[in-house]
Amino acid sequence: MSWFEKLVPSRIRTDATNKRAVPEGLWLRCDGCNATLYKPELERCLDVCPKCGHHRRLSARRRLEVFLDSEGREEIGAQIEPMDILRFRDSKKYKDRLTAAQKETGEKDALIAMRGTLKDIPVVVAAFDFNFMGGSMGSVVGERFVRAVNVACEQRIPLICFSASGGARMQEALFSLMQMAKTSAALARLRAQRVPYLSVMTDPTMGGVSASLAMLGDINAAEPGALIGFAGPRVIQQTVRETLPPGFQRAEFLVEHGAIDMIIDRREMRERIAAILAMLLHRPPTDSQRPYLEYHPPKEGEVQATDSANPPLDAPLPDDNPAKPGTPSAS
Amino acid sequence: MNPDFLDFEQPIAELEAKVEELRYVGNDAEINIHDEISRLQAKCKTLTESIFAKLTPWQISQIARHPRRPYTLDYLPLLFRDFHELHGDRAFADDPAIVGGMARFAGQPVMVIGHQKGRDTKEKLRRNFGMPRPEGYRKALRLMHLAERFALPVITFIDTPGAYPGVGAEERGQSEAIARNLLEMSRLRTPIICTVVGEGGSGGALAIGVGDRVMMLEYSTYSVISPEGCASILWKSADRAADAAEALGITSARLKELGLIDHIIPEPLGGAHRDLELMAHHLGEALGQALAEMQSMDLDTLCARRYQRIMDYGQFKD
Repeated sequence: MSWFEKLVPSRIRTDATNKRAVPEGLWLRCDGCNATLYKPELERCLDVCPKCGHHRRLSARRRLEVFLDSEGREEIGAQIEPMDILRFRDSKKYKDRLTAAQKETGEKDALIAMRGTLKDIPVVVAAFDFNFMGGSMGSVVGERFVRAVNVACEQRIPLICFSASGGARMQEALFSLMQMAKTSAALARLRAQRVPYLSVMTDPTMGGVSASLAMLGDINAAEPGALIGFAGPRVIQQTVRETLPPGFQRAEFLVEHGAIDMIIDRREMRERIAAILAMLLHRPPTDSQRPYLEYHPPKEGEVQATDSANPPLDAPLPDDNPAKPGTPSAS
Repeated sequence: MNPDFLDFEQPIAELEAKVEELRYVGNDAEINIHDEISRLQAKCKTLTESIFAKLTPWQISQIARHPRRPYTLDYLPLLFRDFHELHGDRAFADDPAIVGGMARFAGQPVMVIGHQKGRDTKEKLRRNFGMPRPEGYRKALRLMHLAERFALPVITFIDTPGAYPGVGAEERGQSEAIARNLLEMSRLRTPIICTVVGEGGSGGALAIGVGDRVMMLEYSTYSVISPEGCASILWKSADRAADAAEALGITSARLKELGLIDHIIPEPLGGAHRDLELMAHHLGEALGQALAEMQSMDLDTLCARRYQRIMDYGQFKD
């Protein structure tokens, strides 16, 4: 500090020597409530603001990481890579955009599919990566999704998709439009086989992705506050030239209008989806259920006795919620 | 400027105006200007040929939206007999942006479904510029299921800027309506023949465009996004629409080359609107051939083939 600055302390300090030694990016500001959040704490809460419940976007990899059981994951169609058959070029070359997106995300394209288990229920899960060119659907996304559907079909295990996408990928032109038909046709087969498909729409799910695979779930769910729709709010605003109603195209709006079945908080995602799947598959309840609800299909002529596995309804409940990864932390 | 002609067609308009003028004079006076007229007509034809031989994708997209472009209901009386229009989605409303009903094609009963634009201002508003709302797609699906139940082949005509981006459309589930059509059309147990006759605008077009044969009129377009929309997103300026049209490969010739459509139906010189009857004749021939081929297959084969065609869409390294 110069003698002058000592004499007349500046009110606005831009002086780097004055900064405290805080590692980069340890604190974040919540987009929902503007609270300052401690990153490790936020990560423990699955990127949901502990103060206001705002759901931040997750990368596809992280989504699968926090959703699936940690054992026995197997990626589907990882070797499939995009190609630029049209040699599409706008202000940038598509090829360069792809390279940049691949470098930024470490992924080959905007969808990752995995076979794994959810609370020991075998499942196939597909997740969109919004960071990869806005989660746009091109040929690779379509093909990986179809392969995920096929695994679900062949092994008769449920499919879950977490969508996050701006829609079709313009740089693949009509090829990308046709992925809407392709993914929907594959889902028609899954449906005919009576294999459950749960669609979870996360922020944002728009355009060609919402108008195909995302809206075709046996059960359609969404994360709180997710923007979901066909046309983007700006396009609609330009068309109708009036202000849009508050909360327009948000998950809560969709529930109100009957477009989706439910909103699921990310911190309860594993429990709720596992519970729903268990019912659709006629499996016993998953481990977080209270024991007195345990499902034992009665055998022919069997007399139900009161024992530790089937306590009477008024028996005290054991502490059945030990903290484990993927379950909501107290917040 | 003649509003019935596009910018790049104005030289043709001028020549044609000259021919008309001479004709008028010719009727009036007794001077024999017959030779002059036929000379000018020949010149006009050559000029049209030379202009139409090297149309850019952007010019083609303007022809596809030409104010005089024939719409679904213009083709109907020329191609079908006994058309009975069916209305409504049985849940909310009838959407005039999509028309549909039973009709006979070469004697055979079929289900016809198509987008419909309006010709004058009042009609344009009523038809919502050919932009369907969810009820339009749901009506289309209802008719397709009806067709399936009574073994009628489905013939669709595609001509829309896109599904309507409005508040009500979103509230009533535009996405779901489109998605459901895609799913159901992929497994509908009756032949489906789709023809893009004007603008094939994105999901709004595809929602009645999944079929066993997909055809395009020569100067129609089919695209994931309008050239203007693409330009304003990727080039940050709608003025670059011509570049976007080029890059998107929206013309019938390019899409045939890429294997995304099956057949191109040639248009009369100067576009479909210059000779509606000839256009309808070409269209009818193509439809007849497609129907005969699809009906020669049993339904299991037909559906398996359709599924495989849909699965083959896409270009990637594996």
